[in-house]
Amino acid sequence: MSTLPMAPSADTVLSVRDLRVWYGTARGAVRAVDGVSFDLKRGETLGLVGESGCGKSTLGRGVLGLLPDAAKQAGSVVFEGEDLITMPRRRLRALRGPKLGLIFQEPMTRLNPLMRVSEHFYETLHAHEPDLTKQQMRRRAIDTLGAMGIPPTRFDNYPHEFSGGMRQRIMIALALVLNPAFVVADEPTTALDVLVEAQILRILADVKRSFDTAILLITHNLGIIAEACERVAVMYAGRIAEQGDARAVFARPAHPYTRELLASTISLATTSLHYIPGAPPDLVDPPSGCRFHPRCPDAMQVCPTRHPPTVTTELNQQVDCWLHGPEDEIPPGGTQPLPREAIGVADEA
Amino acid sequence: MPTKPETLLEVDDLQVHFALRGGALGRLFGGDTGSVRAVDGVSFALARGEVLGVVGESGSGKTTLGRAILRMVPVTGGRVVFDGHDLTDLKESQLRPMRRQMQMVFQDPNASLNPAMDLLTAIGHPLRIHGVTDDEDQIRREVCKALERVGLVPVEQFLYKYPGDLSGGQKQRAVIARAIILGPDLLIADEPVSMLDMSVRAKILELMLELKNELGLTYVYVTHDLATAKFFCDKIAIMYLGRIVEYGPAEEIYADPKHPYTQSLLKAIPEPDPTKSLARDLPRGEIPDAAVPPLGCSFHPRCPKAFEICGWESRDLRDLIERHWLTHPDTEFDEQRRVVGNIAALDEPAVRAHLPAGTGRSAEDVQALLDQIRADDPREPLWSGVRDVRAGEGGVTVDFRDDFVDPPLYDVGRQQVACLLYRDAAHDRPANDAGVVASDD
Repeated sequence: MSTLPMAPSADTVLSVRDLRVWYGTARGAVRAVDGVSFDLKRGETLGLVGESGCGKSTLGRGVLGLLPDAAKQAGSVVFEGEDLITMPRRRLRALRGPKLGLIFQEPMTRLNPLMRVSEHFYETLHAHEPDLTKQQMRRRAIDTLGAMGIPPTRFDNYPHEFSGGMRQRIMIALALVLNPAFVVADEPTTALDVLVEAQILRILADVKRSFDTAILLITHNLGIIAEACERVAVMYAGRIAEQGDARAVFARPAHPYTRELLASTISLATTSLHYIPGAPPDLVDPPSGCRFHPRCPDAMQVCPTRHPPTVTTELNQQVDCWLHGPEDEIPPGGTQPLPREAIGVADEA
Repeated sequence: MPTKPETLLEVDDLQVHFALRGGALGRLFGGDTGSVRAVDGVSFALARGEVLGVVGESGSGKTTLGRAILRMVPVTGGRVVFDGHDLTDLKESQLRPMRRQMQMVFQDPNASLNPAMDLLTAIGHPLRIHGVTDDEDQIRREVCKALERVGLVPVEQFLYKYPGDLSGGQKQRAVIARAIILGPDLLIADEPVSMLDMSVRAKILELMLELKNELGLTYVYVTHDLATAKFFCDKIAIMYLGRIVEYGPAEEIYADPKHPYTQSLLKAIPEPDPTKSLARDLPRGEIPDAAVPPLGCSFHPRCPKAFEICGWESRDLRDLIERHWLTHPDTEFDEQRRVVGNIAALDEPAVRAHLPAGTGRSAEDVQALLDQIRADDPREPLWSGVRDVRAGEGGVTVDFRDDFVDPPLYDVGRQQVACLLYRDAAHDRPANDAGVVASDD
């Protein structure tokens, strides 16, 4: 079972241990998140990167207790000493907003088209801080919007009067106006153009500095991770394959999946095309042992037999991969290469 | 490549203008409600076997351009010549046989396959529609060939599959199979990989390159992604607000981007390398409303290198005042906001901007505010385009230069650039930067 060797330190805002989320389907349980552990410190941005279907959005919502009723959860999500998984729903609702925030992917659909931007802020502030006067609410809202680059002259406009990038800024301001300690940003720039994306990334960096907010930034784009995150967690098939300092992980990826994903990324510096054979597995019936083993160029005899325990490398990366041992748990002959079954395009993406 | 490449596709001053519907009264009386210039005078020529990348942000008109080439949207001006045939004035019935040679691959493979059709039916559909054959055996043979070509093998496993059984990458392969089954010469691919996962994108791009070589295809690759275009394209056309602003061989555009917009786009792509970080001097704002484009160069309000004659106007003044308020505390804003009357008076695009004073305030108060804004950031390029500022008539009138230029494409080496920085270079003289007031930052 993957548990983090490190104990949470004093400035840890959020501590997730062995979190599991599964949905019942006609074909069986979909284990969207299957034993995930990580910590987030005050003012830190952790990038959660993975391909579609790896469970990253489910994880982001699970951490905030925002999953549909059909989803089942186990494990613990400790926020400021309280476990969000076991606490009463009313208590959780009270925390969402002032303590826990969420920035959605699609700014177009998350603002009420019939409400002025100002009314969105009045509603949010009034719900959580009913003692504020209207003038105080206006001051707070305009200050936060200003930090996001929305001029005060636009405060009483309707959402449709703003561009996509402006709406995303408004969404971020709405999430931050209550000054939460922890925010999940789920693909916050995916719907935006590259120049606007760069503006939003800069805003998130400023937010971290000035609000001291811990951010879980969910994205499929390794470039965004490199730009905006101190730490990165790479997710594959419901589990975190590797996590650690972003510079270390990018410079020396410990897990073959991280390495292959980096090689597949097409950037301006790319000189040859590379891809990972095969396709991400079906989470109803994932491969045995390490879930990446059928696609892994480094797969060994031990890989399909047991899931590797979490190991900490000398660069302080936590990795689930038998290449990093522990050697005393690998049976004799376990490090022999695993004959690769030919992956036909039939199984490929 | 042959020494004298044959031109397959020629687009000449192509325009797609969409009329704007005004209010009910406007529609009733047929008043002029203006138009959106989605594509506004685009020209290029593409040789057989070449790949043209049409790159731009959303709202740049790149998708409309791709569709207009196939006449999937009404063309309001200019010409499209395909393989020697002028498509512009053809009737739909005359156009239809031409469409066999020109096919399209759309962005979203989920939306471009009918969920109720198995692959045999879906991929064989064009053969029936275009009256190639109705013979079941022949259709099956052709579909098998197409599936093999796109790597969906063994074909027996795929013939009777439905889109719901396929992964994203497999669906996009099926869509490509359908596009090539008629043996087209030209494929217009609109963001064919942008919905796919990173680990799959390279595979689909590789497939498209293979098909190009095996079948002698010519591509128009429409994308927002300069990184994949770099890999894929021989020529690049950068679009902004309906126009090509830079055009040329891919290697030169990437090695030496000339238009400030192209330069910004290239700088804005986050590299998967934490030791590099994004440039700080990226353009502010977003692509403007195509119904009322900026005066002069469309990019000037965002351009880090804009200077006197780029088209400064009233709306830029409003943006400047709003940016000033953004950087000042709330109390100051409340006070200053009262100095100015209806700031929306600046929204009508004009080189003469009149900023009325607020109730109980004088023209001199407004003048003082503008002076303060100017003193705060004297390097702001807008001021270079101001000829005169005078108080009077209950406010301040700002006259911008009316000799601004809407830049055409200038020839600069092997590139064409629609930017006034190259106006002189176009006449085989080195670029004269003497008139440039704005600096890089």
